[in-house]
Amino acid sequence: MSLKSILLLAALLAACLLPFAGLGTSHLNLAILMLMAAQLGAAWNMIGGYAGQASLGHAAFFGIGAYTSTLLLLKFGLNPWLGMLGGGLTAAVLSLAFGWSCFRLKGHYFAMATIAVAELVQIVFTEWDYAGGAVGLTIPMNKQGLTEMVFAGKAPYYWLALGLLVATLLATFAIERSFLGYYLRAIKDEPDAARSIGIDISRYKQVALSLSAFFTAMGGSLYAQKELYIDPNSVLSTALSIKMALVSILGGVGTLFGPLFGAVMLTGIEEVTRATFGGSGRGTDTIIYASLLIIIAVFYPSGIVGWWRARAQRWKTKRSNAAAAVAAVTSEGTL
Amino acid sequence: MTLEILLQTLASGVLIGLIYALVAIGLTMIFGVMDIVNFAHGEFLMLGMYASFWLFSLYALDPLLTLPFTALMLFAFGVLLYKLVIVRIIDAPMLSQIFATFGLMYLLRGVAQFLWKPDFRSIENSLASGSVKLAGIQLGRPQLIAGVGAVLVTGAVYLFLHRTKWGAALEATAADKEAARLMGIDSHKMFALAWGIGAACAGVAGGLLATFFPIFPDVGANFILLAFVVVNLGGFGSVSGAFWAGILVGVIEVMGGLLLGPQYKLAVVLVLFLAVLMFRPQGLMGKA
Amino acid sequence: MSLLQLHGVTKRFGGLTANQDVSFSVDAGQIVGLIGPNGAGKTTAFNCVAGFYAPSEGHITLDGRTISGLAPEACARAGIARTFQIARTFTSMTACENVMAAALLHQGRVPAALATALQWLAFVGLARFADKPAGSMTISEQRRLAVARALAIDPKLLLMDEVMAGLNPSEVHEMVEVVLNIRQRGIACLIVEHVLEGIMPIADKIVVLDRGTKIADGTPAEVSRDPAVIAAYLGDA
Repeated sequence: MSLKSILLLAALLAACLLPFAGLGTSHLNLAILMLMAAQLGAAWNMIGGYAGQASLGHAAFFGIGAYTSTLLLLKFGLNPWLGMLGGGLTAAVLSLAFGWSCFRLKGHYFAMATIAVAELVQIVFTEWDYAGGAVGLTIPMNKQGLTEMVFAGKAPYYWLALGLLVATLLATFAIERSFLGYYLRAIKDEPDAARSIGIDISRYKQVALSLSAFFTAMGGSLYAQKELYIDPNSVLSTALSIKMALVSILGGVGTLFGPLFGAVMLTGIEEVTRATFGGSGRGTDTIIYASLLIIIAVFYPSGIVGWWRARAQRWKTKRSNAAAAVAAVTSEGTL
Repeated sequence: MTLEILLQTLASGVLIGLIYALVAIGLTMIFGVMDIVNFAHGEFLMLGMYASFWLFSLYALDPLLTLPFTALMLFAFGVLLYKLVIVRIIDAPMLSQIFATFGLMYLLRGVAQFLWKPDFRSIENSLASGSVKLAGIQLGRPQLIAGVGAVLVTGAVYLFLHRTKWGAALEATAADKEAARLMGIDSHKMFALAWGIGAACAGVAGGLLATFFPIFPDVGANFILLAFVVVNLGGFGSVSGAFWAGILVGVIEVMGGLLLGPQYKLAVVLVLFLAVLMFRPQGLMGKA
Repeated sequence: MSLLQLHGVTKRFGGLTANQDVSFSVDAGQIVGLIGPNGAGKTTAFNCVAGFYAPSEGHITLDGRTISGLAPEACARAGIARTFQIARTFTSMTACENVMAAALLHQGRVPAALATALQWLAFVGLARFADKPAGSMTISEQRRLAVARALAIDPKLLLMDEVMAGLNPSEVHEMVEVVLNIRQRGIACLIVEHVLEGIMPIADKIVVLDRGTKIADGTPAEVSRDPAVIAAYLGDA
């Protein structure tokens, strides 16, 4: 087993044991938020990073997942575990409409269409009384336990979030290594050339989108079960869509662990700004968040992972240049 | 629904549509000249509104009189923004461009919130207040003046683009940047000019709007989506397209609200937007 | 029966007629050059064969089966491969991965595609570039990579669009070698070229287009003596 695999397993083990490390509730909650953000970023990455279709309306899938599992629970008493799966499948199916309407569009048009679709979904849920309308839905806390997916403590939610993140990353890894990974990268780089080698770009973009929608929706269900309250503003807003994309872009689109780094950094910054400047409605956290966005967009478009790789590459080149120089000098010396 | 209500709605739709058109003209110009979608465009409108508000509150200067000042200030601000941020992302990947302007959007909103607090403000009893009865229809005087103002400014921009040397240079850069450069037209100057004019248009729209619309840091959010729809409907880069599309969107929005209820006003516009994007992406007046 | 046959292909874009009643054929294993002055409609004809455009009139058959109007990916599956004027390699992938993406069409599994890809890279002389990012290769190398990529879908016919443009004489010679090797494999080639010294010596047949219509069709020797062709290149009075 390679060194990399051993390190990864060790990291995973450490992550599983974190709740026993004696962190306070708020710190554990922060870890959960990071895991959830990373999971959503990883799910977005499937379509936004690997396939190059930057959706800015992914909150639609998050919300559909949250609402589906919650409605199935409240109206039909369906177990949230099944409801979560149901939410994922619903989102995957609805993503067909999303893809059909948006994929024929390029560039800015695509981005704007995704924003429009997500805003429409938000309006639909705001006006839909069966789904709670603007008031939202509440999940009762009276029954708790594993089957109900409602817990008093934070630790079970931590493991749930970790499990979902690992599942999402495993799915991403499987995509990366399969023929789909090659096809998506080809579509992202040169769509016409991809078609000329027999790739049906609409079909594979849709596959990536459906997978992405599935995992995003499951994240939505997890959110609903953790917060026990959802409304259109908290699960369907455009700001949320932006955040999902930002996590991946900050960390490095199209890379496996990019969303992880992005989530840690973004959530960390949010917490620090909230703690230092307070959410007093003065907008300071927004200012910092926004400045970060601009700096990343302008100076670090390949994200953290890209920046790291470029640095590693420069260091490697420096080393090989130095070695070559040394070789030249020594060989000259012997002549 | 009486004829009077219908005409009233139609008229108010046209008037607000003219404001949308003015905002969209700036947006479409920026896109036409340099292929960048400015998600922060609504914030130029917001800044124009605040400019009018503060000049009115602190110095008792009427919004209509301070419009030229607002225009100049926003022009300068647009150029400044271009030189500080936009110039660095001209050749960046599209996703970076989107996020840079998105970042600017949040940044300007955050700064506005920090400086002026999230409270809603409004301008009362300016020169433009009151209402007017025109051909039997009741119209708010601020709205009417705003509409007229929008037409005048749109006309000015149109004349600038088609009757002046600078305007011709802008159009040339929009058509073919490289060819224009070969003819001695400095693209950077043109880009800065486009940003300045774009910001100024949105700022003036804000100044006009401030006489009857609430002023708050996030107000741009209400208008940016609509501006996109207008730009798309009118054809990216087309100023005259943006003008007519603006009026159309304004009318459709209020008519949708009348027929389906005010909570669906935005939904109607969004459906229209998606329909145009899918079936006629070049817009009503653009070329395929 | 010819491998590829264009039957009276006409292609209009609004008011502009790019191809007018163009008919010619390519037999299996043949090298056919498609030449003509700028704006003659060569790339348009290419795009019609490869499925990127559908002819306004007329039709195109491959092995007797009508392919005009099929999407590009369907044409690829039917056995037509093409290169582009700009190489359009997948710059985020290595050279080997570029070819693998194409090999996957018929191989299905990644390990088999890898083996096929390495073979085609060796075929075009790029074996030592296998792990090099495509974006860091020179134009000439990227062109050859694009050819390897096109070949990896196991085509019957390869369309090459100005693949020798801008190359220095030794690079042209290398490319000519590749094309000859392709013919030896039994793959037909339809080549649009301006670099006449590259295509004339190796083509079995030359088709000449001028302003959308075919003005000559024959061996290189016949075509180079044809007064209509000479006039088209030098310009009428």
